[in-house]
Amino acid sequence: MAAVNTNSDAHVVVEDLTLSYGDFLIQQQLNFTIRRGEVFVIMGGSGCGKTTALRSLIGLKEPAQGRILIDHQDFWKLDEAGQNKLKRNMGVLFQQGALWSSMTLAENIALSLQLYTDLSTSDISDICSLKLALVGLAGFENYYPSEISGGMRKRAGLARAMALDPDILCFDEPSAGLDPISSKLLDDLILELRDSLGTTVIVVTHELASIFAIADNSVFLDPVSKTQLATGNPKILRDECDNLAVRNFLARGMMEDEQAG
Amino acid sequence: MPELSYELLQNTLTVRLSGDWLLGSTLPDSQEIARQIAQHQPQGITYDCGQLGNWDTTLITALSAIYRSAEQHQVANDLTGLPSGAQGLLRLAFAVVEREGARRSAHEPGILESTGQSVMQMLEELHELVTFTGELLLSMGRLIKGRATLQGSQVWLAIQEAGAEALPIVGLISFLIGMIFAFVGVVQLSNFGAGIYTADLVAVAMVREMAPIMTGIIMAGRTGAAYAAQLGTMKVNEEIDALTTLGINEIDFLVLPRFFALIIVMPFLTMYASILGIIGGVVVAMSMLDVSMLQYVVQTNSAIGMSTLLGGLFKSVIYGAMVALTGTQQGIACGSSAMAVGQSTTRAVVMGIVLIVVSAAILTVIYINLDI
Repeated sequence: MAAVNTNSDAHVVVEDLTLSYGDFLIQQQLNFTIRRGEVFVIMGGSGCGKTTALRSLIGLKEPAQGRILIDHQDFWKLDEAGQNKLKRNMGVLFQQGALWSSMTLAENIALSLQLYTDLSTSDISDICSLKLALVGLAGFENYYPSEISGGMRKRAGLARAMALDPDILCFDEPSAGLDPISSKLLDDLILELRDSLGTTVIVVTHELASIFAIADNSVFLDPVSKTQLATGNPKILRDECDNLAVRNFLARGMMEDEQAG
Repeated sequence: MPELSYELLQNTLTVRLSGDWLLGSTLPDSQEIARQIAQHQPQGITYDCGQLGNWDTTLITALSAIYRSAEQHQVANDLTGLPSGAQGLLRLAFAVVEREGARRSAHEPGILESTGQSVMQMLEELHELVTFTGELLLSMGRLIKGRATLQGSQVWLAIQEAGAEALPIVGLISFLIGMIFAFVGVVQLSNFGAGIYTADLVAVAMVREMAPIMTGIIMAGRTGAAYAAQLGTMKVNEEIDALTTLGINEIDFLVLPRFFALIIVMPFLTMYASILGIIGGVVVAMSMLDVSMLQYVVQTNSAIGMSTLLGGLFKSVIYGAMVALTGTQQGIACGSSAMAVGQSTTRAVVMGIVLIVVSAAILTVIYINLDI
């Protein structure tokens, strides 16, 4: 098993990151470290650029400035082959699952295994069944994404993200569109994966229940100042952070004292 | 009927509201009061709602003009005369200060500006198409070097969709076009007693020009549009992002199979279209002229040489490439909304047809110079 509890080991390091769409600034001066085997939450109000930050971590959005070090390698300075190698070590669950609609669930999971491993067809099909079973979708191998519900699609997306047993799993708003029970089950699954496989988990969310349930560490992005306001464990931030906006967010707007405006 | 009146007494403006203020009724002009506030700058504003009946947000809309004017001229605005619900809504509407620079005026560009914009957009699109062609060529290079993964099953699937399933429509159109050409030929050529040469006319026109171009246009409307819509929807659903995060190049994985499928099926479809066009010619000629099937076939055979046949098939490959290129490019470049998918699909068909006709013209000039 990979190093599970060497918590001082930096897995992903973000240094002076600036993100923008053309001239439109999204976030700047982002600095945080994600340690191996921890659950790290990127949080903040709607429209603050959480998802954009995640997109730069998973290789979809080139930052305007700054560095992202994954396993001590500067991701955006690598050539395509190097980037692809790191990407294969990352699994991503998109907000709506983003399953390939022309393929069955099993084919969705099998694709990366077919491309990047020399496993036999029967081994691949066994792995697909296992991954589906892990997310509670045993028996759904031959269903198409359009034939299952949104929550199931999300779980199938997670099974696909886990196909290559990545070191890093990224979740874009995992609880969006899920009922409280399914959302809780997904949180449990995230913790289970981290505990049993030592996977580093990066989650973008603003769901407080989820944040407090899973996060070891977090960064808070602010849409007004367009930068991070705090990093640390969200429970500690809620009680002790010197920034009112952060405390307010984590206490669901209950910190009425010295309210700005 | 909603009614609005005002009274200026001892430097205090009293706004009187009466009747039912409901959506659908004609609203009195509240701007007049706003103007009065600006003109007289009273010390305070009060409200009298003794006669006010039912109300909805139309009331708030009318009041907000007064509220805004009072704020602007720093006139004390005493809302206590209003129903408490209306007070709350009015405060809510003005609670969040409008973000600076957020307001955007509905800008109507003039004819010169919109012409310029369209030209710039066309240049931009051309640039994107050329860039995309370059990426496609790079992808083919990777394929030859064995670094791109082309899935055979994907190519087969695309061939089935673009080829076998297009047979009925291509067949019908070609058969009818063959008949139309034969009609024209029979009527005109019979005047000179050269009716049998209808076979030559139909054969050369179909094999050399009409079969490739009509098949190309059908493919643009059928397959090019399908490619743009498929890839565009994949983009909207983040399916292409999901490929990228696995280190799979979307051109290698999505575009190449579709491109190869189209340039493989086009010659076959064109040959099939030519044959059906000639059959259409046979039907017309046999019913209108005194020729036998054998005569017609022999005449047709003598009209088409190998160069005519190959020339037509080569054209069809080029047209197929154009359709695949525009369809996939528009799909990959699609924005992330349902409207964008529609626009991409339309553009894929229009650009596909334009490129087919342009390349047809260029190829014709080349063929003439090469004596084909």
